[in-house]
Amino acid sequence: MPLELFNVGEPIADTKAPTDVEIGERWSERRFRGRLVNPANRRKMTIIVVGTGLAGGSAAATLGEAGYKVKSFWYQDSPRRAHSVAAQGGINAAKNYRNDGDSVHRLFYDTVKGGDFRSRENNVHRLAEVSVNIIDQCVAQGVPFAREYGGLLDNRSFGGTQVSRTFYARGQTGQQLLYGAYQALERQMAAGNVEQHSRTEMLDLIIVDGRARGIVARDLVTGEISTHYADAVVLATGGYGNVFYLSTNAKGSNATAIWRAHKKGAYFANPCYTQIHPTCIPVKGDYQSKLTLMSESLRNDGRVWVPKERGDERDPREIPEGDRDYYLERLYPAFGNLVPRDIASRQAKNVCDEGRGVGPGGLGVYLDFAEAIERLGRPAVEAKYGNLFDMYAQITGEDPYSVPMRIYPAVHYTMGGLWVDYDLQSSIPGMFVIGEANFSDHGANRLGASALMQGLADGYFVLPATITEYLADGPFDKIDDSHPAAVEALQGVQSQVQKMLSINGTRTPASFHRELGKLMWDLCGMERSEESLRKALDRIPEIRQEFWTNLKVSGDWHSFNQTLEHAGRVADFIELAELMCIDALHRNESCGGHFRAESQTPEGEALRDDENFAYVAAWEWTPENEPPVLHREALEYEYVHLAQRSYK
Amino acid sequence: MTATREGATRASAGTPAAAEKRGMNLTLRIWRQSNPSVKGKMVTYKVSDISPDMSFLEMLDVLNERLIMDGDDPVAFDHDCREGICGMCGVMINGQAHGPQQTTVCQLHMRSFKDGDSIDIEPWRASPFPVIKDLAVDRRAFDRIIQAGGYISVPTGTAPEAHSTPVPKKDSDAAFDAATCIGCGACVAACPNASSMLFTAAKVTHLGLMPQGQPERDDRVVNMVHQQDLEGFGGCTNIGECSASCPKGISMETISRLNHDLLGALRAGVRPKS
Repeated sequence: MPLELFNVGEPIADTKAPTDVEIGERWSERRFRGRLVNPANRRKMTIIVVGTGLAGGSAAATLGEAGYKVKSFWYQDSPRRAHSVAAQGGINAAKNYRNDGDSVHRLFYDTVKGGDFRSRENNVHRLAEVSVNIIDQCVAQGVPFAREYGGLLDNRSFGGTQVSRTFYARGQTGQQLLYGAYQALERQMAAGNVEQHSRTEMLDLIIVDGRARGIVARDLVTGEISTHYADAVVLATGGYGNVFYLSTNAKGSNATAIWRAHKKGAYFANPCYTQIHPTCIPVKGDYQSKLTLMSESLRNDGRVWVPKERGDERDPREIPEGDRDYYLERLYPAFGNLVPRDIASRQAKNVCDEGRGVGPGGLGVYLDFAEAIERLGRPAVEAKYGNLFDMYAQITGEDPYSVPMRIYPAVHYTMGGLWVDYDLQSSIPGMFVIGEANFSDHGANRLGASALMQGLADGYFVLPATITEYLADGPFDKIDDSHPAAVEALQGVQSQVQKMLSINGTRTPASFHRELGKLMWDLCGMERSEESLRKALDRIPEIRQEFWTNLKVSGDWHSFNQTLEHAGRVADFIELAELMCIDALHRNESCGGHFRAESQTPEGEALRDDENFAYVAAWEWTPENEPPVLHREALEYEYVHLAQRSYK
Repeated sequence: MTATREGATRASAGTPAAAEKRGMNLTLRIWRQSNPSVKGKMVTYKVSDISPDMSFLEMLDVLNERLIMDGDDPVAFDHDCREGICGMCGVMINGQAHGPQQTTVCQLHMRSFKDGDSIDIEPWRASPFPVIKDLAVDRRAFDRIIQAGGYISVPTGTAPEAHSTPVPKKDSDAAFDAATCIGCGACVAACPNASSMLFTAAKVTHLGLMPQGQPERDDRVVNMVHQQDLEGFGGCTNIGECSASCPKGISMETISRLNHDLLGALRAGVRPKS
């Protein structure tokens, strides 16, 4: 790898996990060894939590219950809007209610394997342990999970596993879990334990004496830019899938908080690990503003196929069985339609590249429920998937009960994120990162129904237990707006905002965002190669240059200005995109969602290079025109043996 | 004003590809109000070449891109997930909350309109939902109703084993139906009295149907209803516009249930927290 793209720094290690005991003991041992904060001292400490999704909402509520003074920030009107609300399929937990051989160890094993051996064993084991507590907590909050006639909780299976461990609330599991956390959070707000900052966006991190001590935020209604201080800062701001412009993320989902923290010194780990979800509604036109996911749970009963022959334009209902290729069932007889997401996505791309795709532009495959409707009856299919079918019909104007759905992969989740240690603390002391915003648990590919599990594990159970070790040294010295670090951060934000308004060029933020997104999808999407990535790395600095000289933002900064909000986010996406491409280029192997054309098995599966790449790539920001610095954290596998993933 | 906007439209729609699509031409009349303290007014805009496959919000995106390029202030509107679940979007379209279909605005597609249509677009109208700008309103009153009691008090870590309390499937399913409320505010906007009863009733019903919700059931309903009165929402007269416009189809039965619970709680002597 040529050195002009990056420099190599000191290796790093996660030193917080007690590896001197067996893996099943490490989490309880960590909790025992970590120092605590007594209830009287908790009242003296303030914690900022940015984001109110599953991770941020549950963390803010739990920290408030514990007696800390919490300040909660979110950019929408209500904490209930956070994009966790849109998660459809379910949440995994190793309850083994089905008596089908599940266990904490199996969930741990499946997750490490599903992540293609690029996640930390310690973190994943903890996640599997905590998973059972999450279900208990949510049920006690009144989350209306699906139940059997006997009144007990129902489960279903999901991609990448052979057991049924997924708890669900029809196709709206994320919504129901989020409302559980949201209600707990509102309860703490009413109790005066959590201060509310709605429609407020974090725009910078304030670091004093090497510790994260506050944030600069903009009130999106009044435009006021102000500082907020605390003893610790928690980022729960979600993933960065909107780098690709079109994704299943909400329109407002952005990377600004984590990216600006990165520019203040937080390492960014594995930015190239993005998850392309196999079952989304295909793109219709240039005006398209987002992509809509159809829950992966549909693959439980829906069968994926394309015509055997290219250019077969018959109505799908008229294509006889013999002329159909159920390619997932053919290629992966053991897992069939339930292979992990990265595999399902890439195979969809492959059949479309062969010219066998269906629908406009040949960018789609069928997801067919005819067999399920015949086997289970339409009412049963409606009960399981009704809202998803309605959503599909609403968007496409087609009836999926009679015509097979058309689906195509879309960007959905980002496994990469800010680097954190076992305590979920970033490389900046006092700044913690939870949920999708961190990198730690999913390796190079996340299994279905694991995002909700991780968000709630981090927020309800992990962070509240680990943050005490840090806070035991607090409370820290009071600071105010006269502190040079605060002045600098505040002025930096103000001048950036004013700069964006002053350019008065000829292109809107959306126009840059769309161009960047298409470039990333084409060159750093489902398949990447040295050639495509170099092309992207040539082009991105040009886009950035044009952005800062030809941007058009109307209005002013001291009012409600959605164009200005968008501009700031696009500025960060452009920089992040470059790091993603550098990371993807340097990782000269395929693993999970990161598929390098140069590194595949003879059957076209992702081929890892464990000898050279069994590490976390943690990137350090360097000032203008200096290449970023790579810090490697070696990944060791004591309990799950490194092996080529096989779902055949 | 209208003339220059039409001029801009023609220039941007002049490509042959665009002409082939035979998109719709529409007249939009949109509520413009730059901040809460000034008077707003309806302003007319023309959009052309609108594809029937666009969502309503994508159509507004097209308009806004043009307004930005013209140096005008784009129309502020709330939105986020654009898949009908976050509850952030919501406007009155020709006098109907979320428009002609029982769905959220983000899931309303332009195939519901026809070439030449004139469309009125206004914010939610209710004094507890003050306008922030144009079509965006402040719905934090809903959160305060939840704060008054829309939860089950269960601090993290205190929960018993999930299977220790079976829940009859029919109760769980009915609770789920009520729990799907997305808090968009269409019920309030559609109600002639600007009542938030359907919103409150959905939460009261969801939690009241679950065994876990029983200990706080009486206090919950009394305090939530008290809070909605404090916020200035109107009284419920069971007209049913709320349920008819609810994108999640929350049923009027939830209001019956709320009234039943409320009466029971008041007769038992439960009074709102001060």
